[in-house]
Amino acid sequence: MPDAPLTNSPDSLADVERVVPGELRTEEMLLNMGPQHPSTHGVLRLVLRTDGELVLEAVPHIGYLHRCAEKIGESVASFQFIPITDRLDYLAAMINNQGFSLAVEKLAGLEVPERARYIRVIMAELNRIASHLVSFGTYGLDMGAFTPFLYGFREREYILDLFEAACGARLTYSFITPGGVTQDLPDGFLDNLARFLDYFEPKIDEYNDLLSFNYIFIKRTAGVGVISPEDAIAYGLTGPCLRGSGVKWDLRRCMPYELYDRFDFEIPVGVAGGTDRIPREVVAGDSWSRYFVRMQEMKQSVRILRQCVQQLPAGEFRNKPKGILKLPPKEVYLEVEGARGQLGFLVVGDGKAVPRRVKIRGPSFCNLAITKHVCRQVLLADIAAILGSIDVVMGEVDR
Amino acid sequence: MAEFTTEDALRSRWSAAARPRAVRWFSGLGVVFVLGAAALGLLATRLTGMSYAVALAVAVVLLLTGGSCLGAAVVVQYPRAVGRLLQRLGLPLFLLAVAAIIVVAWAPVLLWPDKPLIVRDVLAVVGAVGFVSLFASFAIWWERKVAGRIQSRLGPMRVGGWHGWAQSIADGLKLFQKEDILPGGGDAVLFRMAAYVTFVPALSLFIALPFSAAWVGRDLDVGLLLIVALFGLGVIGVLLGGWASNNKWSMYGAMREACQVISYEIPLGFSLLIPIMVAGTLRLTTIGELQAGGFWTWLAFRNPFTLIAALTFLIATLASCKRAPFDLPEAESELVAGYMTEYSGFRWALFMFAEYAEMFAAGALTAILFFGAWHSPLPAAWGAAWATGPLWQQALHGVVFSGPLWLIFKGIFFVYVQIWLRWTLPRIRLDQVMHACVQFMLPVTMVVLLAQTFWQLLVPAGSVLAVALNLACTVLGALVALGIASIAVYGLRYRRRLVGTLVVDHLPGS
Repeated sequence: MPDAPLTNSPDSLADVERVVPGELRTEEMLLNMGPQHPSTHGVLRLVLRTDGELVLEAVPHIGYLHRCAEKIGESVASFQFIPITDRLDYLAAMINNQGFSLAVEKLAGLEVPERARYIRVIMAELNRIASHLVSFGTYGLDMGAFTPFLYGFREREYILDLFEAACGARLTYSFITPGGVTQDLPDGFLDNLARFLDYFEPKIDEYNDLLSFNYIFIKRTAGVGVISPEDAIAYGLTGPCLRGSGVKWDLRRCMPYELYDRFDFEIPVGVAGGTDRIPREVVAGDSWSRYFVRMQEMKQSVRILRQCVQQLPAGEFRNKPKGILKLPPKEVYLEVEGARGQLGFLVVGDGKAVPRRVKIRGPSFCNLAITKHVCRQVLLADIAAILGSIDVVMGEVDR
Repeated sequence: MAEFTTEDALRSRWSAAARPRAVRWFSGLGVVFVLGAAALGLLATRLTGMSYAVALAVAVVLLLTGGSCLGAAVVVQYPRAVGRLLQRLGLPLFLLAVAAIIVVAWAPVLLWPDKPLIVRDVLAVVGAVGFVSLFASFAIWWERKVAGRIQSRLGPMRVGGWHGWAQSIADGLKLFQKEDILPGGGDAVLFRMAAYVTFVPALSLFIALPFSAAWVGRDLDVGLLLIVALFGLGVIGVLLGGWASNNKWSMYGAMREACQVISYEIPLGFSLLIPIMVAGTLRLTTIGELQAGGFWTWLAFRNPFTLIAALTFLIATLASCKRAPFDLPEAESELVAGYMTEYSGFRWALFMFAEYAEMFAAGALTAILFFGAWHSPLPAAWGAAWATGPLWQQALHGVVFSGPLWLIFKGIFFVYVQIWLRWTLPRIRLDQVMHACVQFMLPVTMVVLLAQTFWQLLVPAGSVLAVALNLACTVLGALVALGIASIAVYGLRYRRRLVGTLVVDHLPGS
């Protein structure tokens, strides 16, 4: 297939239908997938150039969920921006809160009590599990298996119950804030958390048996949408997408923030099939690897959470700054390991409470960029497999 | 949370402009149909033989259609009043309808031997329509309940009271209420026609489908051929619908359906040939009666080849019924809703109806061809005395030894297997569907066909080898059945532990 120069502008694809050379006269067809489509996970729009079931090229078009998050960040005080960060990656809002709070704390030189740091880690890891559960469920849905979706959401429900007990919200928490967290953990939270972990850990194996090692599922995802480690790094992929390609890079381990250097956990990466229960068909960097990295990460998060429950010290939950928190005229860029990859916040202060500049690096945005590269010469059904394994949240892509 | 009532289901969804037009059309068509039926009925009295039968059958169908149209006009015009009436009288009316259908469907059996063919035909048409409507509403409700249980939910619980029994009826009424939308730029005639082209064959194959040796609309000597032909016709409606929708997604769905169903017709046909070869006939009642001697005489357990053919037949029917993992034509994560994307309201319901009718037909056909038809696992000979005794003995014979109840039970079991697979398995990709057909199903069925041919030529029926393999297959089948049953019992017994304590504790009332 000749590489037609394609930009991201909507005009470039218009009327490029061509007659495909061959014995039978067939024409290429442009197919508009999204922004309202069950497997684009939100308002992503893909323009597909198809030849029958074969997708020659897929070009993502974004911007349907743009809400000027960065601009809002430059108009309100840093505390007031926390609820806006909730709406970026709404499936892992705690980690967004955490990333922005860490950036502001670093800029303003704000100390955080140790207990607060533990609570933050608990919340971030719980949210990572919740986010991966949604990813697991919707990926099953993309592959035509309905049941994992309900199971994933059932488990997520308990995490949301825990969050609700801690902060009153179930989706947009605004719980982690510069200087600590908004309130201390409620009574019985740790017991409930331990109970949940005991319940949840065996369930991961159950879901692996149900979906991950299902023959049809492996056939649908293994070897589909293979991203080489070089490509993954070149395109700026992070998170499970990068690790799925076999690159052992996790900010929690490589550049520890909060307290992640205290915990004992592994970084799962995608490996070629044939060893250690990994099916033969699997190639490192394919959709199955990206998916399975998430399943393994849930186990590691459970491990971290168990250590948190054991180690959680008594003490203050927040170091509340005196008066208005002024941001000194400096520039801070800080990344945390979100559920989907490295979530970066650039905050520039100029001596006032309102930041001069806020810039967000959304991991979904960078991960989505590889769609055009991977979705070439694949079948229509593979588009769902690839997109689902990249696992984008449009709120974070468009910001 | 407020109870979802029948009235809610009936709340009018017609736009102000479309509503009077719909009422006009429904009532007009209803009157025309009823008048046509009356005229045809009058005409029929002056005819004889086949033309009399045809005229009378058409008159009955017209009368039913006309009545439905008039009913629709009333529902569209007075949705709230009808809703309130149904709310009060819903359950009694429903039970009455069930009783009426059963009476109508059973009556022919009592009258069977003595009555002329035309009475049988008319009764068979009414019985088939009644059975299919009843079964489709039951199966849709049941699928939702089974799906709910598989997914650790409850499924429909509210409409009608007990376990949401009226869900399908409420859904049907809601769909009836919906505005009929024609896609812009689509082919209106083909679009309208497609639903009927799918629905009518799915319904009419029940005429030739025997529920027992006596309970069959028309016991054709080419019954199997007719049923398979009608099965194959449904794809035309899907193609028409996909093409006429003027929607690329619909087109994809239709194309997928065409290549999938047509490809799988071949292994389906080869698998069908095995019971035909064993029985030496296409007459379904004969094939059924061949398996009367207990479950070891069921065709699936005759020899290893028939057993493999039974499995390939099951897989092929999954593909031709578009059920998971072969539900590519309507794969909602890829094609939105496939060929049904642009359909709404009652036309959509007709597609659904046809799908469930085909599911039951496929299940019943599997039972008739391979799994003992309308016979219980016990040899029918044991109950021969009851079969000719007084009425109560005959009824008992129908429950214990052989009768339509057994066929319906087996059909529902195979429908359950389809539902079970759908809510467990992911979907296969199109190229894998085609490869599975060409590289697995086709060679296997061809080899089995060849092997069965030689088996029949070389191995005499009563020989040691034949008996031994028959026994082995029977034991294997029984073990599989036992295994499934014991897993089910285990799951039921330890369901709380299996699902996890947290889930159980969170359930209200536990």
